[in-house]
Amino acid sequence: MTNAIEASGLTMRFGSTQALAGVDLAAREGTVLGVLGPNGAGKTTAVRILATLLRPDSGTARVAGFDVVRQPAQVRARIGLTGQYASVDEDLTGTQNLLLIGQLLGFSTRESRSRAVELLEWFDLTDSAGRTAKTYSGGMRRRLDLAASLVGRPSVIYLDEPTTGLDPAKREEMWDVVRRVVGEGATVLLTTQYLEEADALADEITVIDSGRVIAHDTPDGLKHHVGGQRLRVRPTDPARVDEVRALLLALTGVGSETSTRGEVTCRVDDDSLLPALVGRLQDDGIAVSELSLHLPSLDEVFLTLTGRGTDTDTTEEAA
Amino acid sequence: MTTTTLPAQRQLPLAAATGPTTTSSPWTQARVLARRSLIKTWRTPEALIDVTLQPVIFLALFTYVFGGAIAGGSQEDYLQFLLPGLLGQTIAMASVALGQNLNADIEKGVFDRFRSLPIARSAPLVGAVMADVVRYVILFVVMIAVGTVMGFDPASWTGVLGSLLLAVGFALCFGWISVYVGMLVRTPGAVQGIMFALIFPLAFGSNVFVSTETMPGWLQAFVHVNPISHLVGAVRGLMMGGPVAGDLVWTLVSMAGLLVVFMPLAVRAYRRRA
Ligand SMILES: Nc1ncnc2c1ncn2[C@@H]1O[C@H](COP(=O)(O)OP(=O)(O)OP(=O)(O)O)[C@@H](O)[C@H]1O
Ligand SMILES: [Mg+2]
Repeated sequence: MTNAIEASGLTMRFGSTQALAGVDLAAREGTVLGVLGPNGAGKTTAVRILATLLRPDSGTARVAGFDVVRQPAQVRARIGLTGQYASVDEDLTGTQNLLLIGQLLGFSTRESRSRAVELLEWFDLTDSAGRTAKTYSGGMRRRLDLAASLVGRPSVIYLDEPTTGLDPAKREEMWDVVRRVVGEGATVLLTTQYLEEADALADEITVIDSGRVIAHDTPDGLKHHVGGQRLRVRPTDPARVDEVRALLLALTGVGSETSTRGEVTCRVDDDSLLPALVGRLQDDGIAVSELSLHLPSLDEVFLTLTGRGTDTDTTEEAA
Repeated sequence: MTTTTLPAQRQLPLAAATGPTTTSSPWTQARVLARRSLIKTWRTPEALIDVTLQPVIFLALFTYVFGGAIAGGSQEDYLQFLLPGLLGQTIAMASVALGQNLNADIEKGVFDRFRSLPIARSAPLVGAVMADVVRYVILFVVMIAVGTVMGFDPASWTGVLGSLLLAVGFALCFGWISVYVGMLVRTPGAVQGIMFALIFPLAFGSNVFVSTETMPGWLQAFVHVNPISHLVGAVRGLMMGGPVAGDLVWTLVSMAGLLVVFMPLAVRAYRRRA
């Protein structure tokens, strides 16, 4: 099977910032590559290079078999870009935004129109098609942006943080959209700050940090490496934190961490732990105000992979 | 959990995602993008203030404030002299918005999409310049109409029509300076600052407001190489009668010069802009 996206040794410097310091990426045809990294990791820079918007300082990249630096026109004819910041034209209506792209691509007016209608319907925007994009909600704008990138039937699609800033319900909706786009056979490169999102959508995940690849694996492999799920318990009475920790140690055999907010967190690999824990908490009469199982946050992934957290404190993820 | 339901069974019409899409000609692309600019102008009519209200205010102010002092005391006479001149100045000023809009588009990321499409690099810029024709025509018509009400009385209406062609043509070439500046600097405010710093000496160091003979020699030298002077000279000749040929030739030459220098510079700056 061939790679639809293949980059090796990409470097890019902006002034004194080394945005990329030798990044390799590969996505097999028809799969989703998740690029996971914190703010400033270089995700957008990598996407912009692969979309021919930036020339790398060094390194090579081929997309759909064409070199992004030497054959940009062929690459552009095959890609769809949904950037991190919606690039829809706010003064145009939903329909006009899509018509514009169709006509630029050389579709006839009739073709452009039917393509716009088709995509608007598909993205559930038909009712707002005649309104200017200015009046759209964040989620609608994202969908219109994604629709615009699909007008030309691209075989390689870039989605740069497609769900950042969306509320949880809209995020799940967006995931649904992405899954169906992939179901059509396109290759997708998706960047995200959430392991949960990469896990939900990607076939393989590349983790980057400060312009370097620090891990590449399947979601299962990565989760196995960083230790599956996290269990979080917060006793209603903060004085009973130590009892909870003792309970967890007895049940899992691994240590736990306590946050300043009185939350006890530990790794769990065994699905039967939760019912067991609930039983023990009840026996001991420990009331809890929070009890959850969740995938590791980006912070926890980084702690495991690099021995330190991300530099940002914005990655706290509730599940 | 999801509140909106997407039509789940419908196939996304993406499938046969293989060959490249059909490509259009650069001319078609520029036209499509010009139409986009026009839709935007239509949606925000206040963006037309610089080609409607502003020149009218200039025309009234200069006619009634300076007119009495300059043209031997007759405001009516001064208007005949001033109007063709002000056209030259306001057309240069009207080009500022072009660079500002393009600059804003780039900052907003709208151009990222265009750049990721298989279209000519220059198409978004050429399209924006083409759409500006409408603004310059509005400017011209408004000035002539208001001027006529104030007492402007051209010697030849054919000449007025000729002036329209010349002035709009000049504006299309001059506008590339604004596009170039728009590609170079970071903010629309900076575009305005730089363009005004350029246009004020060109507008006032010219024959727009007073005739050149009243100026010191060194300034006369500047006025003679100033393309706005030649445009104004040609427009005056066409509208009011008098010699045209010399200024017309110089205007056409400077138009070609502006186009040959600033269009490639602007396109190159656009390509390089990350
Ligand atoms: N045009 C630019 N000029 C200067 N520095 C830049 C530019 N683009 C990116 N950088 C810097 O390069 C680094 C990588 O940026 P990039 O946008 O690729 O990160 P990211 O992973 O997309 O982050 P985020 O999650 O915040 O979007 C950052 O330190 C950023 O400040
Ligand atoms: Mg980014």
